[in-house]
Amino acid sequence: MSKKVHPYIPNMVSEVKQEMLEEIGVQSVEELYSCIPENLHFKGTMDIPKALNELELRRHIDGLLNKNISSNEYINFLGAGCWQHFIPAVCDEVNQRAEFLTAYAGEPYEDHGRFQALFEYQSLMAELVDMEVVNVPTFDWAQAASTAIRMASRITKRTKILLANTLSPERRKVITNYGTPQLSFEGVKFNINTGLMDLADLEAKLSNEVAAIYFENPSYLGFIESQGQEISQLAKKYGVLMIVGVDPSSLGVLAPPSQYGADIVCGDLQPLGMHMNYSGGQAGFIATYNDPKFVNEYPSRLFGIIPTVKKGEYGFGDIAYDRTSFADRENGKESVGTQTALWGITAGVYLSLMGPNGMYELGQVIMQNSQYAVMQLNTIKNIRGSRITSPFFKEFIIDFNDTGLTVEEINSRLLEQKIFGGKDLSLEFPEYGQAALYCVTEVHTKEDIDKLVNALSTITGN
Amino acid sequence: MDKIVRDNVNKDFHQAKWNEPIIFELHQPGEVGVEVPQPSNEVVEAVGDGVSSLPQNMKRVAKLNLPEIGQARVLRHYVRLSQETLGSDFNVEIGQGTCTMKYIPKINELLIRNPKIMELHPLQDPSTVQGMLEIIHNMDLAMREISGMDRFSFQPSGGTQALFAMASIVRKYFEVKGEADQRNEIITTIFSHPSQAATAVVKGYKIITIPPDENGFPDINKLKEVVSERTAGFVVANPEDTGIYNSKIKEFTKIVHDAGGICYYDQANANGLLGITRAREAGFDMCFFNLHKTFAAPHMCGGPATGALGVTEELKPYLPGPIVEKVGDQYVLNDQLEHSIGKVRSFHGVAQTILRSYAWVRALGADGLKAVAETAVLNNNYLYSKVSKIRGVSVPYIQGQRLEQVRYSWEQLEKETGVTTEDVQRRMTDFGLHYWTSHHPYIVPQPFTLEPTESYSKADLDEYIQALEQISKEAYETPEIVKAAPQNSTIHQLIEADYLDEPSKWCISWRVYQQKMKNKKEVLINNR
Repeated sequence: MSKKVHPYIPNMVSEVKQEMLEEIGVQSVEELYSCIPENLHFKGTMDIPKALNELELRRHIDGLLNKNISSNEYINFLGAGCWQHFIPAVCDEVNQRAEFLTAYAGEPYEDHGRFQALFEYQSLMAELVDMEVVNVPTFDWAQAASTAIRMASRITKRTKILLANTLSPERRKVITNYGTPQLSFEGVKFNINTGLMDLADLEAKLSNEVAAIYFENPSYLGFIESQGQEISQLAKKYGVLMIVGVDPSSLGVLAPPSQYGADIVCGDLQPLGMHMNYSGGQAGFIATYNDPKFVNEYPSRLFGIIPTVKKGEYGFGDIAYDRTSFADRENGKESVGTQTALWGITAGVYLSLMGPNGMYELGQVIMQNSQYAVMQLNTIKNIRGSRITSPFFKEFIIDFNDTGLTVEEINSRLLEQKIFGGKDLSLEFPEYGQAALYCVTEVHTKEDIDKLVNALSTITGN
Repeated sequence: MDKIVRDNVNKDFHQAKWNEPIIFELHQPGEVGVEVPQPSNEVVEAVGDGVSSLPQNMKRVAKLNLPEIGQARVLRHYVRLSQETLGSDFNVEIGQGTCTMKYIPKINELLIRNPKIMELHPLQDPSTVQGMLEIIHNMDLAMREISGMDRFSFQPSGGTQALFAMASIVRKYFEVKGEADQRNEIITTIFSHPSQAATAVVKGYKIITIPPDENGFPDINKLKEVVSERTAGFVVANPEDTGIYNSKIKEFTKIVHDAGGICYYDQANANGLLGITRAREAGFDMCFFNLHKTFAAPHMCGGPATGALGVTEELKPYLPGPIVEKVGDQYVLNDQLEHSIGKVRSFHGVAQTILRSYAWVRALGADGLKAVAETAVLNNNYLYSKVSKIRGVSVPYIQGQRLEQVRYSWEQLEKETGVTTEDVQRRMTDFGLHYWTSHHPYIVPQPFTLEPTESYSKADLDEYIQALEQISKEAYETPEIVKAAPQNSTIHQLIEADYLDEPSKWCISWRVYQQKMKNKKEVLINNR
């Protein structure tokens, strides 16, 4: 053991260590490792750079981070599952609180505040999606969709799943890995010009073997799927559950999927108060009605409000805990572990601050700014501002096919002008050729958008 | 002034109690919590109200039923709720065994608040995130040294997801070999984390659980009985949740390998092993570490976390993509892994937690990491020595030979006084200390698991021990004090009967609570 006492390790003080060894009745710490066979003792030295003190550490890390260029420095039009939004300072203040930051799995008695904050998060989200039950957050949207699909499979006792071909390819990867080998997946075609689901193809694929149809709205490609009611009616004909993934920042202005027939709604909380964090801000939610048939299929924790022995006190506890793998190991519903609870609390803070009017304004501003962007982009020769003709929310496809340039080339040129261009879709959706997914939110100013438009005009030679 | 006598054995603690309303009860029509950024006039002139483009059937019609609350009141509400939460910065957090509660260095929290990580988009061109990629790469290198593995992915966002990723790799590996149908069993042990069994089931495996032998070790004869050409994998924690290290682990992995299976290692209980022994030498093909446990990232009420997943060179092509590689002096994202399981989480995982853990490793260096392990083991054995002497406590299975934690039992206390481990749990709250009973099933009767880590001083440990001693004394002399606990906490005992498990009574959201109270014309919380 090193002689120098490290600030994180108080009992490296030799006198204290000696006193403790005496209490234990051994001569050295090495004796305590006698249960590890000699041939398993690591004999070498780990090749890890020497320890840094706090000042050195700060210099080192800041030095590394300074090699990054953030969206505070360049204008960012990337979305595709992680979005740049305005974060009220109170969100950061609350999620930095040491009590929330360092709490974990405490009981309702010493972690009453955590339980209440998460119950409130569930309740606020329930209003946003206009359903009754929301779980403590999952890892991310992809996990929420994956679990929603498995829930549907358990409820219907069927194993075939239909996925809209417009869904996020990244989420599709997570979903298919999470579903196989028990579930099988089939894609549903869409109209390349409107983005809308091909209802004839859907009906051809629906049957009494299908557990669920999953689509996203607004879709990954930004357009709004306006046929929710029709999809729901078709699904119900075959006893198929409808699962809809949704960007919650749209729900101040967009009808929640529950209003057009969704049985399960899921999505990502990251737009509701989380910084992008190079993807560390993602967190998923799942919502259903308060139907025991659905509630009992959640694998994750659900906090409920209950009375205590003292009148006038709110208490909180785990609803139907025996559902979980914590209680039931391999007989539980999927598995549950550490997921993203802090982001649930943060989303609750965000919704409390925004209120109904704030959520409406947010949706409206996003629509105004993104429509303005498309309008201006359409003035550039050889560029189609929104390749898809349907109304859209926050994200849209720019078609660069007529420019003679690849998205890669365009993005590289944009980067020179301190702009992060949209996500290259040429591999994910080859049917659109050289096209990119752009994201415009409430953080973008007219000047930001105009700068993009000017840059693209120059790059494409107009 | 005379010296003030302060001779309390235990802290004279009382947790904050604010009787804070539910957020919906703070609704005051017209108040606002934050101003939403507005578009410029030119934008509005150009596009109008924006929402007119929505088809009528897609518009939200009714006003959202969110509360309207001014900013200061929202803040006060949440800060009060935070005060009613006992994080590890506030208590000697050794009672959550298997979770490695340790000191969360404040410098790391400061580092992750840098906009140079907070405001990075995961799809930015790699040339603009070279610092972040270097941090991930450096952490990979450090983890390889710690484990002996050849490559790490930081994509899994927690131990459960890492276990799931490993089960996915096992399945994919045998699919590629053409043995997926034949190899449909995964073996684990009863004292391993519940997620080991649960995640393998999600991946379609039949689970075979090995019981402990009389000394608490996984029964090697049982393993020999169950291993076969159907074995796909073996997943185990070592030390297990009892704190017992399976000294025959290398024989276990050899038996499974000889049968053609893959061995994967749950290293959630690795805190006592850093620099002491490694997954590679014990014969594992894969392992994971929870960065939010052993590597000092905060637990954040339950995430976001990271389950760093390490594999041997042979299994590298199966990792979820992309992984970070260094080519020349540039860091690149490699998404061309031949047999990749795809993805288990969006993008790259939880970057800020990778940074926190990297900072922790750099603050300690190789010697410091070993000192972490040795001190954690010293602290645990000191605690073990003292706690096992408390009246009513026993330690099932082999005596001694515990590394970083111990699963204890209050079986004797319960038999002699009627006080259960749940009663002790509530009473510990009165002393400002967290205490967890252990995972189900309660194979050890009346269990509790303590894991003191390296972060606590002898005085901290003595404080925790004194609280347990006090409760034992109360149980034998005045058990009603323990039974009626908590008295000094935010709330009193919950009335759990039915409210948690009966669908007609449960209230999973404020909306449901309101509906039920309205329909029943009764008030659950009856003097508000």
